[in-house]
Amino acid sequence: MTDAAHPGTPDHGYSLPPSYLGAGTTLRSWLLTTDHKRIGLLYLASITVFFLIGGIAAAVMRTELMTPTGDLVSADTYNRLFTLHGVIMVWFFLIPAVPTTLGNFILPMAIGARDVAFPRLNLLSWYLNIAGGTLALVALLLGGVDTGWTFYTPYSTLYSNSYVTLAAAGVFVAGFSSIATGLNFIVTVHTQRTKGMTWMRLPLFVWSIYATSIILVLATPALAIVLAMIVGERVFDLGLFDPTRGGDPILFQHIFWFYSHPAVYIMILPGMGVVTEVLTCFSRRKVFGYEAMVFAILGIAIFGFFVWGHHMFVSGQSTFASLIFSLLSFVIAVPSAIKVFNWSATLYGGHITFEASMLYALGFVGLFTMGGLTGLFLASVPVDVHVTDTYFIVAHFHYIMVGGMVSAFFAGLHFWWPKITGRMYSEGFARAAALLMFVGFNVTFFPQFILGFMGMPRRYWSYPPEFQILNLMSSFGAMILALAYALPFVYFALSLWRGRMAGDNPWRATGLEWATASPPPRENFAEPPVVDSAPYDYHPAHAEPTEREDARDREDQDDRPEDPR
Amino acid sequence: MSGLNEPFQTLARQRGAAELGIWIFLASELVFFGGLFTGYSVYRFLYPDGFLAAGAETNLIIGTANTAILLTSSATMAVAVWAGREGLRRHVLWGLCLTSLLGAGFMVLKAVEYAEDIRKSLVPGAGFALPERGAEIFFSFYWIMTAIHAVHLTIGVAAVSLAAWRLWRGRVDWRGTAFLHVLGLYWHLIDLIWIFLFPLLYLLGRGG
Ligand SMILES: [Cu+2]
Repeated sequence: MTDAAHPGTPDHGYSLPPSYLGAGTTLRSWLLTTDHKRIGLLYLASITVFFLIGGIAAAVMRTELMTPTGDLVSADTYNRLFTLHGVIMVWFFLIPAVPTTLGNFILPMAIGARDVAFPRLNLLSWYLNIAGGTLALVALLLGGVDTGWTFYTPYSTLYSNSYVTLAAAGVFVAGFSSIATGLNFIVTVHTQRTKGMTWMRLPLFVWSIYATSIILVLATPALAIVLAMIVGERVFDLGLFDPTRGGDPILFQHIFWFYSHPAVYIMILPGMGVVTEVLTCFSRRKVFGYEAMVFAILGIAIFGFFVWGHHMFVSGQSTFASLIFSLLSFVIAVPSAIKVFNWSATLYGGHITFEASMLYALGFVGLFTMGGLTGLFLASVPVDVHVTDTYFIVAHFHYIMVGGMVSAFFAGLHFWWPKITGRMYSEGFARAAALLMFVGFNVTFFPQFILGFMGMPRRYWSYPPEFQILNLMSSFGAMILALAYALPFVYFALSLWRGRMAGDNPWRATGLEWATASPPPRENFAEPPVVDSAPYDYHPAHAEPTEREDARDREDQDDRPEDPR
Repeated sequence: MSGLNEPFQTLARQRGAAELGIWIFLASELVFFGGLFTGYSVYRFLYPDGFLAAGAETNLIIGTANTAILLTSSATMAVAVWAGREGLRRHVLWGLCLTSLLGAGFMVLKAVEYAEDIRKSLVPGAGFALPERGAEIFFSFYWIMTAIHAVHLTIGVAAVSLAAWRLWRGRVDWRGTAFLHVLGLYWHLIDLIWIFLFPLLYLLGRGG
């Protein structure tokens, strides 16, 4: 089909090269591409597959937990299911999700670059991710792993008769993919910014990915080495974590959480970046406190390295260590709170419209705040000791990772979908999915806070009957959530097939990525853009409603007919 | 051949990017080995006697020879990088060939040493030779640290040999690019790691 046949195709007044999608349609042109946009889409395809696999495992678990007795699967299978769910979701979905898809696609365009600094390394990083994912999946198909995603020693090294070595090798390989991606983004931001794109003009999405990349590069190797130590123990009978030979299993936890706490910020920082772009655009407001946001992002990235001990309050570490880690965990809430307050202040007085991506972004702010505040409960040692290894923890980190990060991922996907594909999706369906996701999420995970506080331990496939009602609620919520995740597949597919042409800038957003065609040409820009103003050039903070740019135009836009179906 | 790759417009910017990239990579490598050094320190503190007894069992002569070999190889690598900057192709080739030969020499000696360690039952697991508590942990670290170092060195020798061969055939843009500098920095990292491993694994327990 030709673009000219659709109304709304922008007339650029100059001839643009064909879009990146038209630069080749063979499988080979995709699998050997060095175009950051295509690599972003390769990642989008692969993380979607991993998300489905991890989601199916969760669905089976929630079905099992509908009754107090273990009837659907055996206890051992249940252990393997939650390990599968954790390993796949953490390392093959959450960690790569935003940086490698939206980051890959948008970041170079947002700084006015033609591509990332090392395009071939970028492609290699996708193959490493696929190789790691394949190893992990093979481990799971052969019979699975029963250690939980944390691979705690000495169970994982001395006792587990499951495919720990293979799964650890998979995560190890995927780690190199993370490091390559992080390195690439750091160098890209340093060397590929276009004329006039100074550091303090970078969109906060770029700052977030930059900070995330620093964490990826400096934290992932700690995970790699501790997994190598586990493999060494299992394959070569080393004694590093074996108490009978003088080894200390707790050392594993220290190194593991030295990576895995910062990993939380690898997951959430890019989400915060996405949400900033979306909130400013749909409230037509310059972001409140740009510099504070930048320093909050960097503060989170740095402090994130010094709080790992809050995962180990009951491990027997010294009380003094627990106190210090507790204090630092409270401290790291400050930059996160700064971000939440700044988002609220950005919204205040804005001309807010509720497009689907805005709904997701607003959902993020609420759910992230819930997750963050319960994180403060857990940072305080006495409360943590009470709820350690209960569903309270499960609910807490799902609020951050699913409520926060996945909402942000969907916010970004909806926000940039017109740029990526050149087409609009059905706004009505998308809003319905966003609301459904918010409701489904809360129905699933809020009861788990209560369950945890009542003392239901995590990682069990059966439970006392008095917990059944709340578990039923949770499982029911999971069904809503599953429906909400299925909906985008439908309307995104419809959008590809019959979606209305988006035009260059359907949201009238300010980033450089909106200053080129949708979908963009292979080179991103017909000629390198020049930046002469700060980001988020929407109306200023104290503008009166009358001064606010053409609110009427936007209403016209909302009145545009729905796309044909 | 200009050596300029997408998406760069100037060689200077591309060189800067490649150098920044390798430094970031080296930083991540330091964290990687840092995990091992942390573990080593913890157990060294817990089992001072076991570590002293075990440290005296490693082969000091081969360890010292290998340290000398790696230090020399860093010098020859530096010669190659320096010659590259001056555009002296023949000197670059000589520097790279010597570097990769010295690296290979290190590995041969290391293999001899490993064989001796196995003969002396210094391998953790059933039948480990030393009775002192903590000695087995020391050798766990000895094996994993030297093995990971050897993997890095193998990659280094392969990369340097490949570079020499491609340079000889004229298939690589080494003039004005960061190619040799990046290779050199990686090689120096391998050397640097060994400089830390040597006292931790070979000089411990030799004081008496
Ligand atoms: Cu944490």
